[in-house]
Amino acid sequence: MENTLRSEMKIVEEPKKPLSMHPKKFAMWLFMGSVMMLFASLTSAYIVRQAEGNWLYFELPALFYYTTAIIFVSSVTMQWAYFAAKRNEVGLVKTLVIITSVLGVAFLVGQFLAWGDLVRNSIHFVGNPSGSFLYVITGLHGLHIVSAVIFLLIVLNSAVKLRIHSKNMAQMEMCTTYWHFLGVLWIYLFIFLLVFR
Amino acid sequence: MATVDIHVNSEVHHHDDHEHEHEHHGNFWTSYIFCQDHKVIAKQFLITGMAWALIGGVLSVIFRLQLGFPEAQLEWLRPLLGGWITEQGKLDPEFYLALVTMHGTIMVFFVLTAGLSGTFSNFLIPLQVGARDMASGFMNMLSYWFFFLSSSVMFTSLFISTGPAGGGWTVYPPLSALPQAVQGSGLGMTLWLVSMALFIISTLLGGINYITTIINMRTQGMSFTRMPLTIWAFFFTAVIGLLSFPVLFGAALLLIFDRSFGTSFYLSDIYIGGEALPHVGGSPILFQHLFWFLGHPEVYIVLLPALGITSEIIATNSRKPIFGYKAMVGSMLFITILSFVVWAHHMFVTGMNPFLGSIFTLLTLIIAVPSAVKIFNYVTTLWKGNIKFTAAMMFSIGLVSFFLTGGITGLFLGNSAVDIQLHDTYFVVAHFHLVMGSASFFGMIAGIYHWFPKMFGRMMDERLGSIHFWLTFVGVYMVFFPMHYIGIAGFPRRYYSWTNFETFNSFADLNMLVSIAAIITLSAQFIFLFNFFYSIFRGKLASANPWDSTTLEWTTPRHPGHGNWIGDIPTVYRWPYDYSKPGAKEDFIPQTIPYSETPESNLPHENELIKLEMGNTGAITIDEKKH
Repeated sequence: MENTLRSEMKIVEEPKKPLSMHPKKFAMWLFMGSVMMLFASLTSAYIVRQAEGNWLYFELPALFYYTTAIIFVSSVTMQWAYFAAKRNEVGLVKTLVIITSVLGVAFLVGQFLAWGDLVRNSIHFVGNPSGSFLYVITGLHGLHIVSAVIFLLIVLNSAVKLRIHSKNMAQMEMCTTYWHFLGVLWIYLFIFLLVFR
Repeated sequence: MATVDIHVNSEVHHHDDHEHEHEHHGNFWTSYIFCQDHKVIAKQFLITGMAWALIGGVLSVIFRLQLGFPEAQLEWLRPLLGGWITEQGKLDPEFYLALVTMHGTIMVFFVLTAGLSGTFSNFLIPLQVGARDMASGFMNMLSYWFFFLSSSVMFTSLFISTGPAGGGWTVYPPLSALPQAVQGSGLGMTLWLVSMALFIISTLLGGINYITTIINMRTQGMSFTRMPLTIWAFFFTAVIGLLSFPVLFGAALLLIFDRSFGTSFYLSDIYIGGEALPHVGGSPILFQHLFWFLGHPEVYIVLLPALGITSEIIATNSRKPIFGYKAMVGSMLFITILSFVVWAHHMFVTGMNPFLGSIFTLLTLIIAVPSAVKIFNYVTTLWKGNIKFTAAMMFSIGLVSFFLTGGITGLFLGNSAVDIQLHDTYFVVAHFHLVMGSASFFGMIAGIYHWFPKMFGRMMDERLGSIHFWLTFVGVYMVFFPMHYIGIAGFPRRYYSWTNFETFNSFADLNMLVSIAAIITLSAQFIFLFNFFYSIFRGKLASANPWDSTTLEWTTPRHPGHGNWIGDIPTVYRWPYDYSKPGAKEDFIPQTIPYSETPESNLPHENELIKLEMGNTGAITIDEKKH
């Protein structure tokens, strides 16, 4: 590869490509930054609104503990899939990506059932903002999980077409990062909701 | 470790280069409509932005007619406005509110955000950092088409029977949340929110692309300290947008839920006709916090690109290096950071804790420091320069003037105590129209005059440009200077008319003057429009580098194709402001000239860099052979 030759001939002091990252991976990080800002704005709005009083306190659905466990396990399987892809075990990658997607869908179903629990507990979307905030925050997070599941299916498609292997990891890395990000985001949101109930 | 990273990157680049060389040919749809070439996308943003500027300008003149001539018969506007002219031949008061709202929304978002950043970030980033195109041409194309969609929705809202949104461009609830408030808070407001949601998506797609391109796609030798200030400005702008627009999205989303799904995030204890609304427990102040967390950084989203463009034009046309390059970058960084911690100065009169008010006053006043640094640097760049008064240069100097006069009134408004008197008066209107409206607008116009040759391969007419400048410059001051007095006298903004108030009966003549000046200023823009479109087809042919400028975009051919440079991307050896360097043969040295070729003008430390260049050149020769 002539580029390799070229870079090796460069002198270290000369700043060439000071920050060298795959552009799409970098864009992914920026996207996650703006998603983070969206949730930061909602959670800070939550705190500001709560400080003003007239706030309805209620128990979070117990199902959230299970969905948190599910998303945690899915992060493990995702990371496992990533390692498998690095070792070129395509069959394992496919299985693990499918398992991760199924866990993702299970998470969504769990969140939806948790909403059902809330409704049975007379916490409706329309009503005191404390309940409305819960629906908006979990709903928006769920929408992002939907986008991540779609991304997983795209990765699965690439894996089937043998386009994911140790020499071509960009897509896999981006998907793994995004999935972990949404997992961590959920854990943050869950702890936030537990603390500022 | 470093070498490993470099390998990855060069592979990526190589791949990209290869792709682009095969993408030159396309049909009408792929080359002009759904084009992924950053230059075409920039022109799409420019033309759409100009159309919006015209609409926004016309709207402002319509409501200026009402304000300047409250007794006038406006029957002649009926063909244009139809039912919005009342039986008595007056402007409908609710439509007046809609006009004000739409003028603000259009100018802030569609003209000075999309039209300015969209045009120049797209056009200049790849050309000035030395990239074939944006990091993702597809996302870039999507960014434009989301903007177009957003524009279409907003445009449609101008023609619906209940009128466009009428709650002010800041769309404060409960006014914007309840259709009972004004007609415009019905369907018009829904369309406004849909349009803004689409707009935010467009801005985020664009911003992600700009940052990625600037960080990852710079050519060889284009280190951060060799980037033109335009690129720095676009970079900070995109960062601000990326951090603040999601917050507006959150705010708008909650507003949508309040309006259409019955939640009460922003609404509480409201009685209409003696009947209580079901909404309980919301807080309208919450919306203001969320809105201004975007709203204030938005000011800098609008302003920073204009400042970047100005830095470039002033240095080029003063034939002098920019004064204090690092101070310029530092002050822009400082402004970027401060822009996120001053939002509550828009809310001093919301019953905020006075102690909190003092903190926000302090933070707000600190912005004067980096702003003053920038003005100082512009003036010192001009000082003893060999100034060429091109149209672009005059507009840039005009920007500096507006930035100063408008900025000074910011010191008054930033004080929580003084703000009690000045809040929501014409003083505020005068302040932000000078410092952010006119300054950014001048930056945009300056950019168009300056980069027109690279965009269309022809020159704009300088004489018309100079007439355009003087009319607009004097016009803008005539419009906004008197407004300070009107504001200090206590005239509140957004009022349909003052003739019913004894207190506000004075100043009718001053308002008339403002309106006449506004009409003249708007008319002057037609000179520009004529110049622009005439020059695209009939203008003087431009040379590749008509302004003797140093940056990379002027090393491209007169009509750069998709891929920008024929052959290899040039390597950068020096910073972009080597104008009138002592000892040099010409008064400018392009960034692509190595120090080894200019021994006569090198400074001692630059001579040492020659050794490093040799390594570089060697590498490039190898590169060329293999291509």
